[in-house]
Amino acid sequence: MSCCGPATLALAAAPAAAEGGPSREEIVLASHRIGEGLWQTDLSVPAVHCGACMRTVENALGRIDGVEGARVNLSTRRVSVRWREAADPSAFVPTLAAIGYPAHLDDPAADERDETLSSLVRALAVAGFGAMNIMLMSVAVWSGAEAGARDLFHLISAAIALPTIAYSGRVFFSSAWNALSHGRTNMDVPISIGILIAFGMSLYDTVNSGAHAYFDAAVSLIFFLLIGRTLDHVMRERARTAVKGLARFAARGAHVVRGDGRQEYLPLSEIAPGMTLMVAAGERIPVDGEIIAGQSDIDCSLVNGESLPREAGPGTAVEAGTLNLTGPVTMRARAAAKDSFLAEMLRLMEAAEGGRSRYRRLADRAASLYAPFVHAAALVTFLGWMLVGGGWHQSLTVAVAVLIITCPCALALAVPMVQVVAARRLFEAGIMVKDGGALERITEIDTVVFDKTGTLTQGILALTNAGDIAPAELAVAAAIAAHSRHPHARAIAAAAQDRVRLAPVFDSVGEHPGLGLEATAGGHVYRLGRAAWALRDASGITGTVLSRNGRLVAGFSFADRLRPGAQQAVRALKAEGLRIVLLSGDRSDEVLRLAAELGITECAGDLVPGDKVAILAALAADGRKVLMVGDGLNDAPALAAAHASMAPATAADIGRNAADFVFLRDGLEAVPAALGLSRAAQALTRQNLALALIYNAIALPFAVFGFVTPLFAAVAMSSSSVIVVANALRLGRADGGAREAGRRVGRMSEARA
Amino acid sequence: MSDFFYLIPLSLGLGFVGLAVFLWSLRGGQYEDLDGAAERVLDDEDAPILPHGKSASSQC
Repeated sequence: MSCCGPATLALAAAPAAAEGGPSREEIVLASHRIGEGLWQTDLSVPAVHCGACMRTVENALGRIDGVEGARVNLSTRRVSVRWREAADPSAFVPTLAAIGYPAHLDDPAADERDETLSSLVRALAVAGFGAMNIMLMSVAVWSGAEAGARDLFHLISAAIALPTIAYSGRVFFSSAWNALSHGRTNMDVPISIGILIAFGMSLYDTVNSGAHAYFDAAVSLIFFLLIGRTLDHVMRERARTAVKGLARFAARGAHVVRGDGRQEYLPLSEIAPGMTLMVAAGERIPVDGEIIAGQSDIDCSLVNGESLPREAGPGTAVEAGTLNLTGPVTMRARAAAKDSFLAEMLRLMEAAEGGRSRYRRLADRAASLYAPFVHAAALVTFLGWMLVGGGWHQSLTVAVAVLIITCPCALALAVPMVQVVAARRLFEAGIMVKDGGALERITEIDTVVFDKTGTLTQGILALTNAGDIAPAELAVAAAIAAHSRHPHARAIAAAAQDRVRLAPVFDSVGEHPGLGLEATAGGHVYRLGRAAWALRDASGITGTVLSRNGRLVAGFSFADRLRPGAQQAVRALKAEGLRIVLLSGDRSDEVLRLAAELGITECAGDLVPGDKVAILAALAADGRKVLMVGDGLNDAPALAAAHASMAPATAADIGRNAADFVFLRDGLEAVPAALGLSRAAQALTRQNLALALIYNAIALPFAVFGFVTPLFAAVAMSSSSVIVVANALRLGRADGGAREAGRRVGRMSEARA
Repeated sequence: MSDFFYLIPLSLGLGFVGLAVFLWSLRGGQYEDLDGAAERVLDDEDAPILPHGKSASSQC
């Protein structure tokens, strides 16, 4: 195997990977029929990153009975599997996991290609074709073609420009019309007006054999602007698909037990209150409800931030999205999916999204000041020339020149170009950014609010007293613990992985859900689990213990591990003078302990999701701009309410979708890194806007006094665009070596996520 | 100069062919997976050209 071996994958970070594959029913639900008895399933395989990986994955899937073929898309890290009805699709995910590529179901989206991108690229291709050919004609005209040839060239240019503008210009025309019809204005309004008037005027001059035509300016303007727009879209789409490809934490459906005992797998939307559901160990609870049979432990960390699993038996209420850890349970649904905890969070999110939707991007703010100014300048020029007796034709020609020379080509390219480059640099550092507005908003923040479980900590328990336990006893505990997926058992197994060979050979190992594990070896009965269950006399002892024949052998204590880089990140943010707040749904004493460890002075525990939003609202009312960093379902409303937000890749789906930034690496250094890069980008954006403004200030007088010929316009427009693009590319250039390293690490952590 | 005017439709025609080919390849999905296509070129499913045991195919 090549470099892409499973050794580089830290599977523990993704709970989904350890839960075994989705059932056949769930896969069928997520697949679609492509005719002739063939089905297609899309799996997201984040670990695929080279040619050898593609071959390994395709061959492994191809060898499964009934699979017609598999094709990996390396760009989106997905594989589509085509299979005959007779095949067993539930073998896909375990097969991939066995060769070191954890996979999970993707939404059936193979057929819906990115239509916006296709149409943008088509428009760009047509505009490029038109611009190049018209420019060739124009060069001939500028070099002094005689009148007859000039008119012919103008006519051919017009014939090319008309369809080009009609086709490629639609992007701007429809956006400008949309803004105008809502009583707003944006960058596309002056662009559209400039293009249309320039084209109309040039057409008139062509028919009347005038000397100057601006076809080249109008079409190359479209071409330049489309480049910026397409790049912007590509980056955003890339981040979106990468985020979408991460594991889902909501169940897609559930096993429903009918009145006559029949079992049926129903999609989530068809589950009604009162239905009886079976939830196997390792599955997520699909809807809110109450357990009616079975014992288990429930992991709520993603839902409410509690770091320790909760014991569950008949009568326990469970929330949608929590993970059933140790034993199968039967539950009665109390609410439909749309009324469950998840939906409650969505409602809170909608209510909370206020401050962010009011934010206007820098480019739009600039445009709202700039557009009236440009139009006024053109109008004043026209009227001025009329007054001094220039005649309406010459007055209009000069006014068109003013419109073209001030057309915010550089301005419209200046901002998206910097943001595209910044998004790319962030991507290389393992951070996804949703849109350009987020890059601007994060630079304004003065307060950082952290969630605890899963954000400042990894959400994975670790054994803290391994040093106090005799190696042989720890080995016994680890060997038993390896049979369970309870977080305590996993922590013990992980702490003593290399000592398991010291353990005796067990005759039997069994799990008692909600209690612990029992193993027999050489006539001894070992129990690993709750003290009250494992010990004959458990007075005064609590927590998790290992017992032999009912007598205490060792006690274990656990703590949630800090996320790597948490200390450094908090220190770096403090050094920037930012106010740091810790808000958590976990118990207050846990929160206080962690806050003290990290040197955070402001903290609050035992919060329900509404409290977090209320605290953020209070901060906002104080005039604070808050960056929220969180991962749980309970953080999602707060993520939506904050001025800017960030979530780790391991966050719950809706949290990830609500966040502006998603970081794929384990380390929390991503927070100061994103902040630093966004600030650098913001500085460059301002520089670029200043450059564009200076260019306009210099060119405008020439245009107003009628010195601008089509040649002058073409040269000025192209050179100013090239300058702002070159300036944007300076972002992060200084540390080329570090960037290369960042790219490598980024790849590894993508694989890990 | 007017003797060379026939070059104009010629160049326009060639440009148009280029544009049409690009749009055709776009429609055919050839730009869906650029990273994958770059790697697939190196995929050596066919018989190796080098003698056995001296395979030059390095893995990533």
